Amino acid sequence: MSGTLLEVDDLRVNFPTRTGLVQAVRGVSFSLGRERLGIVGESGSGKSQTGRAIMGLTPPQAEVTAKKLAFDGIDLLAAPARQRRALRGKRIAMILQDPKYSLDPVMSIGRQIVETLRTHEKVGKAEARDRALAMLEAVQIRDPARVFDLHPHEVSGGMGQRAMIAMMLIAGPEMMIADEPTSALDVTVQLDVLGILDKLVSERGMGLIFISHDLRLVSSFCDRVIVMYAGKVVEQLKASELRDAQHPYTRGLLNCMPRIGFERHPLPVLDRKPEWAA
Amino acid sequence: MNAALSIDGLEVVFDRFRALKGVSLEVKSGDSYGLVGESGSGKSTLLKAIAGLAPAASGTIAVNGKTLGTRRDKAFYREVQMVFQDPYGSLHPRQTVDRLLQEPLAIHGFADGEKRIQRALDEVGLGTGFRFRYAHQLSGGQRQRVAIARALILEPSILLLDEPTSALDASVQAEVLNLLEEIRRRRKLTFLMVSHDLAIVTHMCERLMVMQNGEAVENLTASQLIGHRVTKDYTRNLLRASEGFVRG
Repeated sequence: MSGTLLEVDDLRVNFPTRTGLVQAVRGVSFSLGRERLGIVGESGSGKSQTGRAIMGLTPPQAEVTAKKLAFDGIDLLAAPARQRRALRGKRIAMILQDPKYSLDPVMSIGRQIVETLRTHEKVGKAEARDRALAMLEAVQIRDPARVFDLHPHEVSGGMGQRAMIAMMLIAGPEMMIADEPTSALDVTVQLDVLGILDKLVSERGMGLIFISHDLRLVSSFCDRVIVMYAGKVVEQLKASELRDAQHPYTRGLLNCMPRIGFERHPLPVLDRKPEWAA
Repeated sequence: MNAALSIDGLEVVFDRFRALKGVSLEVKSGDSYGLVGESGSGKSTLLKAIAGLAPAASGTIAVNGKTLGTRRDKAFYREVQMVFQDPYGSLHPRQTVDRLLQEPLAIHGFADGEKRIQRALDEVGLGTGFRFRYAHQLSGGQRQRVAIARALILEPSILLLDEPTSALDASVQAEVLNLLEEIRRRRKLTFLMVSHDLAIVTHMCERLMVMQNGEAVENLTASQLIGHRVTKDYTRNLLRASEGFVRG
């Protein structure tokens, strides 16, 4: 397939600790084209570490190995730090969960966006400002000139997350990793932010990896879903075929959430089988 | 049946910010009542005001027919207990589960502590094996069970639940919700539960109040909400949002 952006084959992330090796990711394989891929799992399933390993943000004490980890033909594990730095932010971008912690608290929102742009492209100050303002407008911030000069603590969560999306998109990345981009937001704001993300991703033809614990949200947003459990992929399926999920973990995860209009007392709970993690 | 909890015109003001603007509410004894709203709607402040953790500027709160003063007495805390959102933050990191559970017993002068601790742990499905562990040795779901055990150990009649499962994984959430329902049925407790998740509130509560900007938007029964028989646009928006993302 010519449209393949990212190839991951047998990715492993291990953390050596005093009590032995912790295997956070244990042989994950998938490929990503210009599509939306969801990675779903509960805490500790290795979904975030998978995203971070692709981005090159794994902590230094951890060991990352893979038979293949290639972005657009570039072997990410063999690439020198300099090349990876150039890729990060320019061609691969990442949106994090909580804008309260992931934006620089002592820098105005506008300056942070301009900084990202000028790190990756040779543009003048005035042009950078104009492009940042245009980007803020693209993420549906009503008064970009005002927000440009605000600091992160002066804006709401939804606004902060929009600013972060603007910052990530300004260099025109081809692939974006969104790690729980809406979990810290209110439900109605969540939909606004997803709508913006949806529009921009499809307009620009980006590849998106959407990491979340919310199986239902992911399946309504993505084309394809990977379900992870204990560091492994237990099931890969089209989002539209979620109802026909085979693996008991996927089915259990779908089932155990309360739903409006479906009365079940008590709620079905997951009966975790040791062989799922094997 | 008489009201376990009745609140009339409650106002909470922080400096000049009015967090609650005259909220009234009545919960019947044995009922489970839900408070829904977005962040900043005042739903948690309402719970805190009942527990005495937020200052009431005006209005009255009555528990089991008794109007509360500004200071809560010991008897109040035997009747009303609270479970907080974040089990990582609400348990003392340097106390064992045993020590955590002894504290309320010591304050209220219970003699049969040993028996009560064992019973409380059994009731939340932990067993005595967890008794001498620290909070960091427990998973999120286990910690929330300890927090529930701590609330139950004084045998209160009213539980205030502030987003008790929002920090937990979906599968663990189901277990904790089931536990709460079972305890309510067995002990005939009254619940006042805050959540941002309409699905959880309709699952757990018979009646609910939708809040926005410190005011009550609408009082509903769970079946009205399920049947989409709501009158306010704000509630309709929340309902639509809870159905997930629809590609435009």
